[in-house]
Amino acid sequence: MNINKKFDIMRTLLAIGIALFISFLIIVLTSEEPLNAIIQLITGPLQSKRRFGNVIEAMIPLIFTGVGVSIMFAANQINLAGEGAFHIGGLIATFVAINTTLPLGISPLVCIIVAGVFGALVTVIPAILKIKTNSDVLVSSLMMNYIVFNFANYILNYFLRDSSAGSVVSYAVPQATQLNTIIQGTRIHIGLFIAIAVAILGYIFLYKTKTGYEIRLTGENQDFARYSGINIVKVTLISALLGGFIFGMGGGVELLGMYNRFSWTSQLGYGWDAIIITTLARKNPLYVPFAAFFLAYLRTGASIMARSTDVVTEIVVITQGIIILLVVAEQFLSKYKHKMIAKEAKATISNIKEAE
Amino acid sequence: MILEAFLSPDFFNAALRATTPILFATLASAVAVKAGIINMALEGIMLFSALFGVVFSSLFHSAWLGLFATMILGGFIGLFLAFFVLRLKTDEILAAIAINLIANGATVLLLLTVSGDRGVSSSIKSIPLQRIAIPVIENIPFLGEVISNQNILTYISLIMVVIVHIFLYKTPLGLRIRAVGENKDAAESVGISSRKIQYIALMISGILASMGGFFLSGGYMTNFTTGMSAGRGFIALAASAMGGNTPIGGFLVSLLFGAAQALANILQLGAWPHELIQMLPYVTTLVGLGIYSYLKMKKMERLSGK
Repeated sequence: MNINKKFDIMRTLLAIGIALFISFLIIVLTSEEPLNAIIQLITGPLQSKRRFGNVIEAMIPLIFTGVGVSIMFAANQINLAGEGAFHIGGLIATFVAINTTLPLGISPLVCIIVAGVFGALVTVIPAILKIKTNSDVLVSSLMMNYIVFNFANYILNYFLRDSSAGSVVSYAVPQATQLNTIIQGTRIHIGLFIAIAVAILGYIFLYKTKTGYEIRLTGENQDFARYSGINIVKVTLISALLGGFIFGMGGGVELLGMYNRFSWTSQLGYGWDAIIITTLARKNPLYVPFAAFFLAYLRTGASIMARSTDVVTEIVVITQGIIILLVVAEQFLSKYKHKMIAKEAKATISNIKEAE
Repeated sequence: MILEAFLSPDFFNAALRATTPILFATLASAVAVKAGIINMALEGIMLFSALFGVVFSSLFHSAWLGLFATMILGGFIGLFLAFFVLRLKTDEILAAIAINLIANGATVLLLLTVSGDRGVSSSIKSIPLQRIAIPVIENIPFLGEVISNQNILTYISLIMVVIVHIFLYKTPLGLRIRAVGENKDAAESVGISSRKIQYIALMISGILASMGGFFLSGGYMTNFTTGMSAGRGFIALAASAMGGNTPIGGFLVSLLFGAAQALANILQLGAWPHELIQMLPYVTTLVGLGIYSYLKMKKMERLSGK
């Protein structure tokens, strides 16, 4: 392992450590029973099969979003419309499931693919705007999220709403279209396999194919990529389409796997979760499941803590923010890195001398 | 009926009110961009300020002291962002996203700790700033109804447009900020410390954004609700860009977004689906940004003789 990689991992772990420490400090300052809260946060998810199941369930959508944003960010396009793409994925999967009758077995598949297509539509609009009008992807993708969110509320209220239900929810998704549970006693569903497959395929695409290489090269240095004859427009579009497709699939899978009705009436925040996951995974889809597991574990621990003590789950959101800040701060620990490099260089020199 | 409501002075009055928080944030964005940094943390700064505006004004039993304390807080968050971006070389977008995340979590946590409330700060006895009637102007038909009887912070935001304009274009510090934003190396070569200038610019940006945040909970509304910045900080990034990152341009675009917001509020009373109406400010922003960028791109092409 080279020194940069070793250093990256160490810095990431330290950032997580510091963030957790600050969170514990906040818990100690605000809670009446801090020790119990911290124990619940850390060991809560391990206390029963169902709870550990919750971790894996929460991990599934996070993998999709992490891979989706890794592919978009690899092209250095700060496209933040993943949030909207995920949301519309869930909506469209519900819409298709309720309004079509497909042969048994292929129904969920069709729903998820259509969800992916709509997800791609959401993320590609800012990319097309960028190409056609040179407008900032950052701002236009943020606006897309609000537009999609309100649009989804509209479709839910006017076309999908089950008025006999007490709250604002859609009609139930047919049983045949729901994703089956794979482990009894939990709600872990076959979406887990799809998610892992997406992570592996995402890695192969980004690191082992020509297009993936072009995307990464464009991300690293757009001018250089252009001079090397890479079609920037094509690369931008592909990364936005593919990223959005994965986000949309994730929304569809999450809905068909975890819910029987569409009930998302507030923004879910998966677009922002994706940022922390891709930060921890260093834009490598292969590492995304690990980052997703970590975050899912923390989330599950936090919600167990919130249920059994007086600490609210939002503490985890703060932890996430701190982790991002410290992981992406390039100069954080840079002095130590230099020392490590100097030490290794010295060791190498003395080895050479000895050999002589 | 809707047309009638649209042409009434009440509508324009509401539009000006809705413009205020966006305008503060737009000016904040303009100052940061002029120094060469995108301040995407505006959203988080506004959210923090909306909560602390309520807390501080209640604590000091004074709206003005509350505003002042909130401005200090905003300046501090601006410096915090600057420290990460400039000293620790953090990507400015990721650092801002982190600050926004922290704001989302921390405001909920703090609200619960300070007041025991979830969601709305109704149990805090905060002191919002007052609306004031302007003598003479209030008697002018139509215009008086539009301009008079606004919150005092709305007037301050309008004055700020002028102040920020003068600051950026007529003062030595403003000149330095623009010099750093345009060409850091050239500015360094004539002895300007670009890092110091950027610190100052982000601090000012934070202060301006915090005034917009204060207005949300101490003027536009009279208490804090979680997530009440509702993307205004992001809209401001677009407004600032569309206004060419100048205070006056930004002001005009902010007015457009304020009007879209006010129009959304009016149309909601009509028969139209309110979900679609609520899309309006964001669609306006997206379309406006597209058109502006397109025209700018064409202009650049013309200038470079293509």
